Amino acid sequence: MRAAFVFLLLTLGLTFAWLPAHAVQPDEMLDDPALEERARDISAGLRCLVCQNQSIDDSDASIARDLRILVRERIEAGETDEQVVDYIVSRYGQFVLLKPVFSPTTLLLWATPLLVLLGGGAYLFLRRRGDSSRTVATPGAQKLSAEEEDRLSEALADDWFER
Amino acid sequence: MLIETGHFALVLALALSFFQAIMPLAGALRNDERVMATAAPTALSVFALIALSFGVLASAYYQSDFSVVNVFENSHSQQPALYRITGTWGNHEGSMLLWVAILALFTALVAAFGRSLPLRLKTLVLAVQGWISSAFLLFILLTSNPFARLSPAPMEGRDLNPILQDIGLAIHPPLLYLGYVGFSVAFSFAIAALIDGRMEAAWARWVRPWTLLAWTFLTAGIAMGSYWAYYELGWGGWWFWDPVENASFMPWLSGTALLHSAIVMEKRDALKIWTLLLAIITFSLSLLGTFLVRSGILTSVHSFASDPTRGLFILAILVFFIGGALLLFALRATSLKTGGLFAPISREGALVLNNLFLASATATVLVGTLYPLVVEAIGGQKISVGAPFFNLTFGPLMIPLLVAVPFGPLLAWKRGDWSAVAMRLVWAFGFSILAVAVSLILVDPTAVFAALGIGLAAWLVAGALTDLATKSGVGRVALPVAARRLVGLPRSMFGTALGHSGLGLTVLGIVAVSAFADERIVTMKPGDSLDIAGYRVTFDTIIPERGPNFVADRAQFDLATVEGKSLGNISSAKRIYTARQMPTTEAGIRTFAFSQVYLSLGDLSEGGGAVVRVWHKPLVTLIWLGALVMMIGGFVSLSDRRLRVGAPQAPKSRLRRPATEAVG
Repeated sequence: MRAAFVFLLLTLGLTFAWLPAHAVQPDEMLDDPALEERARDISAGLRCLVCQNQSIDDSDASIARDLRILVRERIEAGETDEQVVDYIVSRYGQFVLLKPVFSPTTLLLWATPLLVLLGGGAYLFLRRRGDSSRTVATPGAQKLSAEEEDRLSEALADDWFER
Repeated sequence: MLIETGHFALVLALALSFFQAIMPLAGALRNDERVMATAAPTALSVFALIALSFGVLASAYYQSDFSVVNVFENSHSQQPALYRITGTWGNHEGSMLLWVAILALFTALVAAFGRSLPLRLKTLVLAVQGWISSAFLLFILLTSNPFARLSPAPMEGRDLNPILQDIGLAIHPPLLYLGYVGFSVAFSFAIAALIDGRMEAAWARWVRPWTLLAWTFLTAGIAMGSYWAYYELGWGGWWFWDPVENASFMPWLSGTALLHSAIVMEKRDALKIWTLLLAIITFSLSLLGTFLVRSGILTSVHSFASDPTRGLFILAILVFFIGGALLLFALRATSLKTGGLFAPISREGALVLNNLFLASATATVLVGTLYPLVVEAIGGQKISVGAPFFNLTFGPLMIPLLVAVPFGPLLAWKRGDWSAVAMRLVWAFGFSILAVAVSLILVDPTAVFAALGIGLAAWLVAGALTDLATKSGVGRVALPVAARRLVGLPRSMFGTALGHSGLGLTVLGIVAVSAFADERIVTMKPGDSLDIAGYRVTFDTIIPERGPNFVADRAQFDLATVEGKSLGNISSAKRIYTARQMPTTEAGIRTFAFSQVYLSLGDLSEGGGAVVRVWHKPLVTLIWLGALVMMIGGFVSLSDRRLRVGAPQAPKSRLRRPATEAVG
């Protein structure tokens, strides 16, 4: 909830109580800084289940605290990051992951950036080829000689510097 | 009585909006100039009525008139005067009224300053604006009336949410709405062009200042919201990829694309259909954002279904305007002629690349924001899409775009010379390499990605300066001549350079704070101290405080360097707002150059101890200062004579006249 709440409260006029996000408490932290850092990294990717779009690392909710302690217990027991996350997912489901796993359900989600970029790029490329074939087909159109190209770019460059 | 006057003015505004939506349109279709001429005065009257209505609500807030339900629920007589005014839009009903007030303001500006517009185009634009304001006024009066009364009037109000009792509420929403709603003008121009079936390069010249104005305000609004969240929430985060933030970010991304494609359309008569589509998409995303934050659908699909009146109403508005616009687009767009061929390596090519990446980024944010809702609605499965997803997808899309930015303004129209531009950017490239080296050697040899990010920021800033230097002829003519030419360059060129270098500063802030921020979370007692990033923080004491409508515990700390040089105090307080019994944290922030020490007080323990969180945030202020520079760039461009809203336009000559051709 946290920061987004400023926006939310504003626009929705929500009135329920909100607590400042203070999340990780000193008494939860592991003594070994390396292990603690791993715990923080894992926590940042796990959703506080009762919150809106907030990780357990940032949430004051009691379930978030329970999960943070659970993550640290598992790390201290010698599990890898992956094992810890798998364990949490086996208990709470995919919903707990802020970065959804790649699956048939999320295929479109993960593919969107590439689809739009490559689709748009392909469209531009094909249209461009269409354009250039049209240009070539124009009667009397000829490729400029190297010398003409030079003169043209010089002229254009001059013009462009003036602008 | 006054309240009823405000209510009546709003109803009258609705009636006039209907008139504005229908009559001028009919006049335009029958080519009746007298009917068309009614559009502008009607638009001005609608604005006057809505402004009156808004003023009435604001005065009810200022006077703590608790006979108005809306005031009772969101205000308190002991609030400081500023918050008794800003509370007007710190709630659903009031912020919707602000929304239509700003819509009416933009409409009135078009009516008043659009004298150089052809009457027919202006009439159609005002009619479309009339449709939008009719829809939203109807929404307010039917589902979210801010003037509903309460009898008997309570003695005291329920107080404004304490988080909103901040100067941020005075600035952020009006700026954000000026941006959001400002894009309606570009939308209306697009619809007008489609109805008319004509669209010339001049169309882009009329649309560009409006788009630029909206974009400038949206940039400021988003940055202001980000800084507000940063200092108010006692945590020091500045962007969270929350759906509500994404809702404001999507129109910004596509608005940025629109700003750039409109340049191509104005200068080269190309990308017409795409520019038109972008104008429609940008305002559609603004409407979508309004729907997302207002319908309650974000909290849960189910909470939306249980109280659907408002949500369904806005959804209907959304479907009507977006669906109608796209239908019109599908029917009419093909009739528009396109022109202006260009080589891939050219200014146009660079701007197309910009649009391709910005469109992909917009789509990524859109799909990421809506995906969990859609998946839950059709399959019942619940998934989360949060910050880690967006960082992984949005980030890589931005990098190639940012690398390409300095090339764009240096390339010539039609056919650019790639290698000549690369040569001109050698200095910028060298500067960027230097920045990477400085980061690796002086800051952290292991942080390779951060160093590259800093290099990218340096590249953007140096590239923007190279653009100005090249165009004023530095290195080719004598320095005094170059200086004179620099002063004589069109302001829009300075706007471009400021915009792009502001972007670079923001990138620098983001990279530095993401990679090099430091954090300490400890329990401290008075007398304890901790060291962070060369600073020493010593817990001094906790003193009780009393404000107008809250009580607080303020923890005082001494701030010094680790060597012992005193830097004064830093303090953080925990407040309890008495009316709602709601706690908030006031963070302590000290700024040193562009970096900040950020201290936030946590739970107090028995025996005078307290949980204290301290961060060192290197260069963090650049994130917002960069946005400020972008905003200044926007205003500098707007002040360019040839872009000035309503300035009489000389007929566009096909011949290029030196120093009169604007460059975005």
